[in-house]
Amino acid sequence: MLKYIGFRIFQALLGLWFIATLVFILSRSIGDPAEVFTARNSGVDAREIMAAKLGLDRPVHEQYLKFLGQLVRLDLGDSVSNGIPVTQILVERMPATFTLGLVALIFALALSLPLGVLGAVYRDSAIDWIAKVLAFLGQSMPPFWSGIMLIILFAVVWEMLPPAGKGGWQSYILPGFTLGWGVMAGMVRLVRSSMMDVLDSDYVAMARAKGLPEAVVIGKHALRNALLPVLTYSSLVLGAFMNGSVVVEQVFAWPGIGTSAVQSVVRRDFPVIQGVVIVFGSFFILINLFVDILYAVIDPRIKYTP
Amino acid sequence: MVNRNAEDDILLRVEGLKTYFFQRNAVLKAVDGVSFTVAQGEAVGLVGESGSGKTMTCLSLMRLVPQPGARIVEGEIWFKDENLLDITEHEMRAYRGHRMAIIMQDPQTSLNPVYSIGEQVAEPVRLHLKERGQQAMTRVLDALRAVRIPRPEQRLVQYPHQFSGGMRQRVVAAMGLTTQPELLIADEPTTSLDVTIQAQFLRLIRELQQESGTSVIWVTHDLGIVAQMCDRVNVMYAGRIVESGRVRQIYKEPQHPYTRALLDSVPLMGARRDKLYQIEGQPPDLRSIPQGCPFWPRCPEAMDKCKEQYPPRTSLGGQDFVHCWLTEEGR
Ligand SMILES: Nc1ncnc2c1ncn2[C@@H]1O[C@H](COP(=O)(O)OP(=O)(O)O)[C@@H](O)[C@H]1O
Ligand code: SF4
Ligand SMILES: [Mg+2]
Repeated sequence: MLKYIGFRIFQALLGLWFIATLVFILSRSIGDPAEVFTARNSGVDAREIMAAKLGLDRPVHEQYLKFLGQLVRLDLGDSVSNGIPVTQILVERMPATFTLGLVALIFALALSLPLGVLGAVYRDSAIDWIAKVLAFLGQSMPPFWSGIMLIILFAVVWEMLPPAGKGGWQSYILPGFTLGWGVMAGMVRLVRSSMMDVLDSDYVAMARAKGLPEAVVIGKHALRNALLPVLTYSSLVLGAFMNGSVVVEQVFAWPGIGTSAVQSVVRRDFPVIQGVVIVFGSFFILINLFVDILYAVIDPRIKYTP
Repeated sequence: MVNRNAEDDILLRVEGLKTYFFQRNAVLKAVDGVSFTVAQGEAVGLVGESGSGKTMTCLSLMRLVPQPGARIVEGEIWFKDENLLDITEHEMRAYRGHRMAIIMQDPQTSLNPVYSIGEQVAEPVRLHLKERGQQAMTRVLDALRAVRIPRPEQRLVQYPHQFSGGMRQRVVAAMGLTTQPELLIADEPTTSLDVTIQAQFLRLIRELQQESGTSVIWVTHDLGIVAQMCDRVNVMYAGRIVESGRVRQIYKEPQHPYTRALLDSVPLMGARRDKLYQIEGQPPDLRSIPQGCPFWPRCPEAMDKCKEQYPPRTSLGGQDFVHCWLTEEGR
């Protein structure tokens, strides 16, 4: 078990290093960063000053080592547009995005687990149909539209929830639901089909043949096996949330990294874009690391085979 | 004749059991009027080609037919003096894993991959015998020892994937036998095991059965196994039992042409298995069983009458019987 976790952590570090290197190469192959980082109509002097400031007058391997060194110290440079350190911007905005993603995942799981399980147990029943319709709607409506519709209904017409911005717990409901609803469709279907496979398995028949009550058969013997693919899917979903957050944060004026990403692209604020890419990439890797370890805890079969 | 006091001695009596699959535009008659008895301590074989309804018969006895899809539509299953088809689901659960246990065909899939062996064997002990903690563990260890699993203390905490096929099947047997059930249903438990492991497992179950006096329903398509394991045998064809008798009697004088064909397809014990006789033709589609005797399209001795009417039950003395016009007409 420890060996397995150690191996996975090593893999994750390798992934982080890979992302950093990719960002380094990309930022230098898109064009002359000094050019990119300076305002469009500034003169040659400004460009050279910028090049010196960014260390672009040094040999490439030296730049690379310096870049990695700064990264390890969490120094991502300063924003070109307002001079604030990128790390500070990200640290300020990360919690909002992550909590939103978490709330969205909780929404998605809280809806799709019971709906998927009940749909598998009572096939073609009313609840199975409700799940299908809900999932279909979530999948077919783009989040910017469903987000606006939810704002109109719950904030404007019924005045139950705040329309935008980050405040108390009520402010998480609409953006969290909007973000989670889109992935719920795939999740319900996955839970349902995975649960149906498991319910048809011999070990579930065996659990019944022992005389266990149906609640134990499903809750203990079936669910734990049915959840394994869902766990893997959840890590992918969190990746999808990072994309989704760019749109949803705009719709709900949410002060997260997604908003920073949009602003920095508009302002050609390259250091911030780099920072966002590194944060999203690292986050994805860490989620995968976490899920892999969780997987090993739940499924004894993978413990010792990295 | 069976030298038993028939009525008192009967553990299980199945009468006219019918289990159908209701499909979109057909009814599949997987079990179509099965009747047989199992005496206390007796090992009864259930033989027939694949698809003849053996597994569905076993699942019906435990009232665990696939849901949705299948339903027990008719019949009686008398376990001692209680008809299992009359009791509630809750009462039925007290039978499962306590008074009757099952071993299924595939040891690779009948254990839950995410729980330890100890946990899975302990479940029926906790549930039915209401034993907990150290007491339950002692019983689990005894059960694992009884099925000759080496180093049971260490294996207790291991998971199914750490066991070989033969060892897994022993775990399943331990799981079933730990509550000392009156009836053990073994549904082709050795089909996927290789020959040596199979022989070991057969011997083990035979010994355990003789020690404990448990009755066994042994399902197989191999009459060789029946000869080794069983006192009686029921031959199943197209969802019905076509012949029932004591093993020695059936080997000596099979009455039904299908039984004869099955016997011809088994090489004598010890003979080489290179000339395996196949029964001509295909078993019928259970969604449209032919009128009359379902075996007639394949029967070398079919008569006109066979195509019109199902042959009645002809008693051969005691619990023995056959369904064939040849015997019925010949008396
Ligand atoms: N889950 C199922 N759905 C539909 N038909 C089934 C199912 N299980 C078994 N059957 C049908 O029931 C009949 C009897 O099957 P089974 O009892 O498994 O036969 P056996 O155990 O003798 O090989 C077969 O025709 C089979 O096709
Ligand atoms: S009843 Fe007729 S067809 Fe059926 S087994 Fe007997 S002889 Fe053959
Ligand atoms: Mg079968």
